[in-house]
Amino acid sequence: MEKPRLRVTLLTGRTIEQGVGKERGKASKEYVESVSVCYIDPEDLKRLGVKEKTNVMVSTDYGSVVVKALKSLRAPHPSIIFIPYGPWANVIVNPETHGIGMPSFKGIPAEVEPTPDKPILSLEELLMEQFGKGAK
Amino acid sequence: MTVIKAVTCPVCGSLCDDIELTIENGRIVKVKNGCAMCESKFLGYNSEHRLLKPLIRKNGELVKASLKEAIGRTAEILAEANYPILYGWSSTSCEAISLGLELAEEVGGVIDNTSVVCHGPSILSIQEVGIPSCTLGQIRHRADLVVYWGSNPWSAHPRHIERYTAFSEGRFEKSAWRGYLTKIKASNVKKKIESAIRRMFLKGKPPAPAYIRNEPPSTLQKEGRKLIVIDVRKTRSAEIADYFIQVEPNKDYELLQAFRALIRDQEIDVDEVAGVPVEYLEEVADLMIKCDFGVLFFGLGLTMSSGKLRNIDAALSLVRNLNMWTKFVIMPMRGHFNVTGANTVFTWQTGYPYAVDFSLGYPKYNPGETSVVDVLLRKESDAALIIASDPVANFPKTAAEHLVKNPLIVIDPHMNATAQMADVVLPSAFVGIEAGGTAYRMDHVPLPLKKVVDPPRGVLSDEEILRRILAEVRRMKRKRAEAA
Repeated sequence: MEKPRLRVTLLTGRTIEQGVGKERGKASKEYVESVSVCYIDPEDLKRLGVKEKTNVMVSTDYGSVVVKALKSLRAPHPSIIFIPYGPWANVIVNPETHGIGMPSFKGIPAEVEPTPDKPILSLEELLMEQFGKGAK
Repeated sequence: MTVIKAVTCPVCGSLCDDIELTIENGRIVKVKNGCAMCESKFLGYNSEHRLLKPLIRKNGELVKASLKEAIGRTAEILAEANYPILYGWSSTSCEAISLGLELAEEVGGVIDNTSVVCHGPSILSIQEVGIPSCTLGQIRHRADLVVYWGSNPWSAHPRHIERYTAFSEGRFEKSAWRGYLTKIKASNVKKKIESAIRRMFLKGKPPAPAYIRNEPPSTLQKEGRKLIVIDVRKTRSAEIADYFIQVEPNKDYELLQAFRALIRDQEIDVDEVAGVPVEYLEEVADLMIKCDFGVLFFGLGLTMSSGKLRNIDAALSLVRNLNMWTKFVIMPMRGHFNVTGANTVFTWQTGYPYAVDFSLGYPKYNPGETSVVDVLLRKESDAALIIASDPVANFPKTAAEHLVKNPLIVIDPHMNATAQMADVVLPSAFVGIEAGGTAYRMDHVPLPLKKVVDPPRGVLSDEEILRRILAEVRRMKRKRAEAA
């Protein structure tokens, strides 16, 4: 059976968890766990046939990244997914600056598919995968 | 044990200056009055992620080095570069930013601050349209209508509502906090009754509506302060609000222009705009006109979505239109604690607030060309100095890809994604905790940052590090000139 894929609009932004994590340290567990997630409408989770905390792959024209699906607490917002600002979101945001210097971080067409077998990379692994470089 | 009062919090643009810190044996042990981010910073800044020694990349690996060696290598990279980037600046003091601008001029680089990826479009619009604004104190004492558009202060500026807007106790306007508590209690009772009815009769949940389309509640006509949130998704701030309007993604511009039309008494010949029924908009427009002192705070929901600076044009113009009827002001919700200071100091010294290019020997400003993301996307830079910022974690991947190929210098108190990619890492003291200075609040009010504890041994402030780099760059250039 073909895996369900959902066409959505990707928003990125702040969460209080990300704010607390970044002050604690950008390499801290709190920060990494707060930004490698994706908030999805409960009805969309049903459509994808996955439960909360399953790994999903979010893809745009600019890349794909595996993050943990979380149930959005303030639904409904059908077909809108939210990933906090951070290294995971950056893999898939639109770099187009429209001639004014500002990339397009919100309102990006994206697709979500369940990938329970694919792991969420650690910060070091993600940086190595994306840039082929690390502290060691 | 000492208690230090009236400490300025170096986290967000609200710059709360009523924090009380308890210091014991040179460590902060208690934080009073702060939000979750403030506590996290003051209590957790000295975590295991703290950088204590300078690092230099040797054979592909970051290894410990002496400060002298690290500063020498930094100066060498910058002095040899043709088109270096100097980026960050929004989480350090105005004094350090001032030295950074001097360094950028000395090395002929592009200097940019984080507003390029937050309120850069707002600055461009403000330069075109102008901005009717005021200080947060005015808003605290007088505003009876508060609108947050594309902004979630509950998460990004947690004490903003409590200190400056709806829940603050002003001289002429009272806090709406009690009304909010009553509303929450009533809504909990309503939820319980509804769920009991569902369990008894309907057996299951009712189908959820596609979008939140709630009518303006009757409480919107109440006396006193009113809070409206307009956003693409229901945030925690939206839950607090008297009225929440859910706008479809990338359609803020349409909604802003619809409000402008309604305020100018024009007819709108469609039933809904951006997913919101026009009759609801009419009621809100009426409220805006009838208020005594209104304020529109806008966030990155407007600057990062489709339309970008044009959304801000429309928002500024809406406030201009509203001033034909009543007193209305507008203010961007600035993120980093000193991003406003970065814009201010940049403007003093170069004439421009961000994206300043010194490669021709004089300051040139053309966002889209001289802005750091565009320089990186065009792969033009050949070195980078990043201070108090983490662009590898905050820039789109394609821009960060070129950044990490450049010889990269990072000045930061913490190990972060950018520092992991760096060739030279210089650990610095936390501004506002271990080093003093000045920062500008989002309403352009300058406030002092206090030094409350000593930095770890051998760790210097951003200001001192930049002073030493600048001196070393000048020495190297002088030496080369003499040799030539």
